Amino acid sequence: MIYKVISKPEFRKFIDVLVRENTSFGPRQVDTAANGNPVYQFMPVASADEIEFDYTATASSAKHFFLPFRDELSRFSFHDRTFEQHIAYESEPVVLIGLRPCDISALNILDDVLLNGRYPSPYYLAKRKNTFVIGMDHLPLPDCFCKSLAHHTVSTGFNLFCSDIGEKYYLSINSSKAFTYLEEFQTEEPSYEDNCLMTQRRKLISGSFRTEVDVTSLPSILDIEFESPVWDKWGAKCLNCGTCAMVCPTCYCYSVDERFDIDLKGASRNRQLYSCNLVDFAVVAGGHNFRPKNGDRLKYRYYHQHRGFAENANQQICVGCNRCGRACLTGINPKAVINDLRMEKESCMTCVSPSPDRT
Amino acid sequence: MNQQGMHFEKLKIASFDFTCCEGCQLQFANRESSLPAFFELLDVRAFREISSEKHDDFDMAFVEGSISRSDEIERLQSIRKQAKILVAFGTCACFGGVNSLKNRIPIEESVVEVYGEHPVETLPVQKISDIVQVDLSIPGCPVAKEEVERIVVSLVTGSKVNLPKYPVCVECKQQLNTCMFDLGEICLGSITRAGCNAVCTSGKTPCLGCRGPAEDINFPAFTELVKERGLSENDLREKLGFYNAFEAYRTDET
Repeated sequence: MIYKVISKPEFRKFIDVLVRENTSFGPRQVDTAANGNPVYQFMPVASADEIEFDYTATASSAKHFFLPFRDELSRFSFHDRTFEQHIAYESEPVVLIGLRPCDISALNILDDVLLNGRYPSPYYLAKRKNTFVIGMDHLPLPDCFCKSLAHHTVSTGFNLFCSDIGEKYYLSINSSKAFTYLEEFQTEEPSYEDNCLMTQRRKLISGSFRTEVDVTSLPSILDIEFESPVWDKWGAKCLNCGTCAMVCPTCYCYSVDERFDIDLKGASRNRQLYSCNLVDFAVVAGGHNFRPKNGDRLKYRYYHQHRGFAENANQQICVGCNRCGRACLTGINPKAVINDLRMEKESCMTCVSPSPDRT
Repeated sequence: MNQQGMHFEKLKIASFDFTCCEGCQLQFANRESSLPAFFELLDVRAFREISSEKHDDFDMAFVEGSISRSDEIERLQSIRKQAKILVAFGTCACFGGVNSLKNRIPIEESVVEVYGEHPVETLPVQKISDIVQVDLSIPGCPVAKEEVERIVVSLVTGSKVNLPKYPVCVECKQQLNTCMFDLGEICLGSITRAGCNAVCTSGKTPCLGCRGPAEDINFPAFTELVKERGLSENDLREKLGFYNAFEAYRTDET
């Protein structure tokens, strides 16, 4: 990693050139919510002026730039009794600006699952390799809990990371591409003062978290609480709408279907991101549904998020961005669900286990 | 039509309208780019809106509209006799649709209100499954042509016909729309069957549920959500009743 500092006006110039010459996406305000809060999303940007550098968090994550919500995986063309299959992994270069440390951590987790596992995804790889990721730090929102999962800082998975130290950005340069681009612009070696400001900034961010979720031993608690009434309680609230998984930066489950073209001369195989909360997620051939209950489906989402699956060595995949919690219409959120599970566990410990007999 | 060693027959279809705006049938003629290929799959035997020819040897009947007159009942029953497959085509046929609003007032009043001194015979609005057996329902106000194309292709090729079982929220979130509830509106998207590509909410109009309930919806949690957010229960009632698609879940009407 190479560290530099850049003045804010010069940084704007750098970003402006970058976005004018590349297909780029950055945070933009798309709406104002009824409560007065701005709503941000990663949207197409054509100049630095269109980017909200001081945004808070986007409502949806940056996942879909790497795992499109809907994607044609292959095409088939028919010739009488034979067919040809066409697969294209091409992906145009994209610049993504303003990802938060949790967003980048999420990409690193997706890398683990989709690149480092037994069956790497060439579709994901093409997009990941062709995306230039610029991260930016921020002060947490009141409900951000990425610190509880140690994802409030990130040291890999991006091309360039920018920390706001007042008059300047402190740049962590993590790729030769980023280094080469920046050579055209005026940057400096960080001074002693810059380093102090950077340390202060880190401390400020780290000390600003107002939400903490105790995730220690969570995998084992989830196993122990498999039959917990907590799942019925939160399941009763779940609308099965899949919103949590759509906005989540790490939910990667999908469904695949194959369709004839309307002229019957070809077909396509299509992938759509899905959610384990959707009613037919666990329906198998013949129509049996392994998870017909809301609570069971919700439980499996928490299992995948906080206990992990074998695909990525049983690591938690939640990064603590709380997008699911913010988006859930009925108020289901990781903090409340996990705290409930813990209470369940702890009350069980206190009322069932007697103190060791000391007589 | 032969493909991959299989022979596919065109569907011998007819299209009929009852109490409706005929907008769903018009969707048959929409999406111009795929129109020639689409009609290659169909042998149109009767279809007043697009053809002057009329034959009664169809296998499959697309029925648009709800039922609001006694002569409509007879006509629908005779279509049912002829059709091997009868499709409820569009929201009016599936649920009664907007026409059902008339059922809220006494029938005599509605006749006077609409026809004044020239009254006509009319009945309370019914969906077509109240009268005859329906084999397939394609909801939507209007139906989504892309979905109609997919269903026709499935029927021709003998594949399973699938409508999404999940609600509109999935498609809405995929388009990065801001939630209508966050904008202070009641939206039926989280209880309504997807497949419309969230066209209304993408245009910042709350979902009114024209495609009917998604599968296994959590209706109590939905009404609770409206209450908790302090939104108007009257507005909720109006929206649920708009297309009559949530009839089965309404408990507050007499």
